[in-house]
Amino acid sequence: MAEEKKNIMDEIAGANKSVVTGIDEKDIQHWIYISIMGKKYRVPAGLTIMQAMEFAGYRFIRSCGCRAGFCGACTTVYRIEGDYRLKTALACQTRAEDRMYLVQIPFTPAQRSDYDINKLTPGIEAFLKVYPEILKCLGCNSCTKACPQDIDVMEYIACGKRGDMEKMAGISFDCIQCGLCAIRCPAELAQYNYAQLGRRLYGKYGEPLPEHLKKRLEELKQGKFESELKRLITLQKEELRKIYTSRDIEKE
Amino acid sequence: MAELKFIGGYPEYMRKLIDNVNKTRSQRKDYTPKAMSMAEREEVLKLCHPDYAPGGKRQISIGPNTGDLAPNEVVDLLEANPLIDPDTMQISNPDYSVDLLIIGGGLAGTSAALLANDNGVKTENILLVNKLRHGDSNSMMAQGGTQAADRENDSPILHYIDTIGGGHFANKSDVVEALVNDAPLVMEWLSSLGAIFDRESDGSFVEKSFGGGSRKRMHACRDYTGLEELRVLRDEFRCRGIPYLEYYPVIEFLTDGNRVTGAVLYNLETGEYKIIQAKAIILATGGFGRLHIRGFPTTNHYGATADGVILAYRVGAKLRDTETVQYHPTGAAFPQQIIGLLLTEKLRGMGGQPLNIDGEAFVFPLEPRDVESSAFIRECYIKEKGIVTPTGMRGVWLDTPLIDLKNGAGAIEKELPAMFRMYKRFDIDMRKDPVLVFPTLHYQNGGVDTDPWGRTNIESLWVAGEISGGVHGKNRLMGNSTLDCLVFGRRSGKSTAEYLKSNPQFGKLTLEHLKKYKKMLADAGIKTTRKAPILFPEYRGKAVLARRIDIF
Repeated sequence: MAEEKKNIMDEIAGANKSVVTGIDEKDIQHWIYISIMGKKYRVPAGLTIMQAMEFAGYRFIRSCGCRAGFCGACTTVYRIEGDYRLKTALACQTRAEDRMYLVQIPFTPAQRSDYDINKLTPGIEAFLKVYPEILKCLGCNSCTKACPQDIDVMEYIACGKRGDMEKMAGISFDCIQCGLCAIRCPAELAQYNYAQLGRRLYGKYGEPLPEHLKKRLEELKQGKFESELKRLITLQKEELRKIYTSRDIEKE
Repeated sequence: MAELKFIGGYPEYMRKLIDNVNKTRSQRKDYTPKAMSMAEREEVLKLCHPDYAPGGKRQISIGPNTGDLAPNEVVDLLEANPLIDPDTMQISNPDYSVDLLIIGGGLAGTSAALLANDNGVKTENILLVNKLRHGDSNSMMAQGGTQAADRENDSPILHYIDTIGGGHFANKSDVVEALVNDAPLVMEWLSSLGAIFDRESDGSFVEKSFGGGSRKRMHACRDYTGLEELRVLRDEFRCRGIPYLEYYPVIEFLTDGNRVTGAVLYNLETGEYKIIQAKAIILATGGFGRLHIRGFPTTNHYGATADGVILAYRVGAKLRDTETVQYHPTGAAFPQQIIGLLLTEKLRGMGGQPLNIDGEAFVFPLEPRDVESSAFIRECYIKEKGIVTPTGMRGVWLDTPLIDLKNGAGAIEKELPAMFRMYKRFDIDMRKDPVLVFPTLHYQNGGVDTDPWGRTNIESLWVAGEISGGVHGKNRLMGNSTLDCLVFGRRSGKSTAEYLKSNPQFGKLTLEHLKKYKKMLADAGIKTTRKAPILFPEYRGKAVLARRIDIF
């Protein structure tokens, strides 16, 4: 039995090998050619841009973060040979393609302002105070086209200019703050920083604390659960186990 | 070999298997397999959980935890040489002198900075250092939510019981008490800073079920919970002008023999080191997912390489629960590009069902994570009812179309945009087709031992977040990790502020502890060329590494 269990773990590790320690050249069936900052490399087909760069020998100390599409570190600008358009992507969430010419953006030097959220009023007044340049938007939609999250950036900027914090927050909510909108903007805006302000204003002023939370905070202040918690802490494992297995589970 | 033909993101043979899922869906809509008894849980854990399987671990042979078991990958780093030479390195002239040094800028570190500041530590006396960017962390990737018992039918008591039951009753009780009591305070704090949580039409929080929970207690921000929490806190941190450094990993501590008195920073670009002198230090460097324990892929951030645990151990910090590792049941198993990435437990909280190759629901979808993962492994490797991918991985289906069926059309796009977007990028429409999952390395259950204020056995050293051990026992529940970071980040910030009021002085800066550590290694007969911390995993192509020469 013990032998069998060991084999399961070995089998699992074996199946994961190409992901964990890298692909063996002998297992590669299809190759593609990509150009990283002007240098051509042969890499296996089917990898993300990030994995392909690593296969080619790059070790990231920038432009690599969560590797799962949540952090915005791996912004990439690329072009496919034969096409004139520059495209944008996250290197960890995009397949490397044959004849891709790419470069990664290591840092976005976009402007952000400091403010005291407690001293602002939600709406256009806040923007006129903190980011008055929001009014410079040309409406060209370059930001939206550049967004790797497919967010309608131009629309949330329009909401900001109208003072509609709720809509600005809703539309911009999935923003991972990679900065590609700012890099492509001909009006030199830093859209993602404005969205951060808009969301905080809406979160703070547009959504008051729920009544059930207020009630619980009051109960905690009065120490409602203290004695019962203190009692639980002194219990032995077996008694706790009984309480645990007999607790009722809330239905769907 | 001919290239596989893909239809809607899946090769033809997998598409045929999806028919089995489609056929049984209507019968499964109102059916859920029964939850396991404690005896059944124990049986499947013993049979299939990687922590219980033989091999993969060994005893630590030096330091305060000598004799304790830990994964080989962790022991390898604990029993490794430092990156610097204590005999030759010049450390006497500090480049920075601060009251409070915080290492790691995820939810824990950022919360700590804000609370220290709230409690009287001036901004200019704080320094937050980051290996990569401020915010680069597992926190940022947390999808499913944060637990807080704030509904009428719920209480911190139930939160306590769920947490210790999920942790196999091995949790440190006073630390769990702090966790559950502070949870509603954390919700108030985040909301007052402007974080947006999902709300019902009447303004109450949307709260969902989760594995091992007895109440609906999961607060989410769509499936970008960690992102929303952290970007709000980071923005507040920036607005206050608290100093921070980026791309500056800490590679070693400095001590005066007893206290930790500073740290050595390394400029990733130039290779230059810097010396920081500090009166109090909060270590919030996260976990060890990128060590790929037992060869598993991981959900974790690129920088999750256990750096903090290694450094803390070298100065004598005590660890606990080092032998337990959390494998999240639903890591992506297909397509190849996203293997190991997280599919939030919210998918099951909203009614997504795990299924075998025949389209049968074989397990209660919301067991604690270790039990659920073990059940998946049993289905794939003992019962042989998994689905095999073109690259030889096995997995089970997660029936995602059921989510829209149960919650109404549009639920996936609205509440799970990150998941929907990820699959769409690889041509799979999870509203129409199930997705393939298999357990993935997710979380370091154990870590540095601490009290309810984040204090360690070393004076002047605090820890907060995933690096710490005790609060989750031997298995963490969903929504308790962001909460852990927030609660103990805040507490350590407050606690260091109080410590600093007692007016401690800067200590001597030495590397004596490294000399001792090297002697311990030698005395234990450990001869190795391994060096730690490793800072990043090694993913470069083997052919390139074989021909690589170091010139400058």
